[in-house]
Amino acid sequence: MAEHATHVPGLAHHFVSMEQQKEAGTLGMWIFLLTELMFFGGLFLAYTIYRTTYPEGFLYGSHLLNVPLGGTNTVVLIVSSLTMAMAVYYSQLGEKKKLIFFLLVTLALCFVFLIIKYFEYMSKIHDHLFPAFGTYHPSTTGPHGIPLELQQPVRVFLWIYFLMTGLHALHMIVGAGILITLIYMAQKGRFTKQYNSPVEISGLYWHFVDIVWIFLFPLLYLTGFHVSGAGH
Amino acid sequence: MAEHSSEHHIVPLKYYFGVFGLLMVLTAVTVLVASFDLEHIWGPLNIIVAMTVAVIKATAVVLIFMHVRWSSKLTQVIIISGLFWLLILLVMGVTDYMARTGWPTKLGQ
Repeated sequence: MAEHATHVPGLAHHFVSMEQQKEAGTLGMWIFLLTELMFFGGLFLAYTIYRTTYPEGFLYGSHLLNVPLGGTNTVVLIVSSLTMAMAVYYSQLGEKKKLIFFLLVTLALCFVFLIIKYFEYMSKIHDHLFPAFGTYHPSTTGPHGIPLELQQPVRVFLWIYFLMTGLHALHMIVGAGILITLIYMAQKGRFTKQYNSPVEISGLYWHFVDIVWIFLFPLLYLTGFHVSGAGH
Repeated sequence: MAEHSSEHHIVPLKYYFGVFGLLMVLTAVTVLVASFDLEHIWGPLNIIVAMTVAVIKATAVVLIFMHVRWSSKLTQVIIISGLFWLLILLVMGVTDYMARTGWPTKLGQ
């Protein structure tokens, strides 16, 4: 232990060097993300199986979703991934002000995403399209109507939609908590050029959540996009 | 891979802007392609194109935004094995359901 007399701030005692500590942290985060991948993977498998079983239900159901809002949220998430990457960049340079600025922008974009998602959910609930708790009473006519014979297949699609986007939104809310914690830590001056692993590792989480949405957007919103008017 | 030994590898901003541009363009491509009925040409063509574009986007995010291009060999090997595990889940899962006729039972029938 004598050689550690000049203690590096941020280096936990059970690591030999900052490099080893960072490597262990990155690897640990990736292993967590791979368990997340298997978790979402199971849902994507469910999507595949039910889409194969109810192709008309999925085609029709995707027309009930709001493509402009979903597309806007896709862009919001891509921009937030860029600002998160830039937060990591400035944390590596030890530039505290810019780090906090980009974390704040990322947090703001996270809220924009969640607010848009909230309005999407509310309009579905308003149209009696929420598939659970006995609230599923779609009309058979009108722009949000579903023909009687398709109501149950579309319900399966809406289950998958609410489950997958809901769990994704939950990850966004957790991400907001992580960002707030990072901003607090950065303000306290906890991050330096030498020690910035928390920012980098949180960045990995943020980008992972972005990747999940990259797949959800075409699978849920755009599935019936090429069949003009199938839903109306 | 040559430069990953340096103590702190800082990915230049131009890489981030490059990936950002690519993601925006490919999002536009996704929406554009989805509006054409490629199923006239071949049944699953729409979904194949959509998923190919999504995989390209995800790969760019993983390699650049998530720094995997510059990660240690150990991290890279673990990520690839994780992806292989996902492939097992999806392929074996779909195979199982395809082998069962009449399941899942269609609702209302």
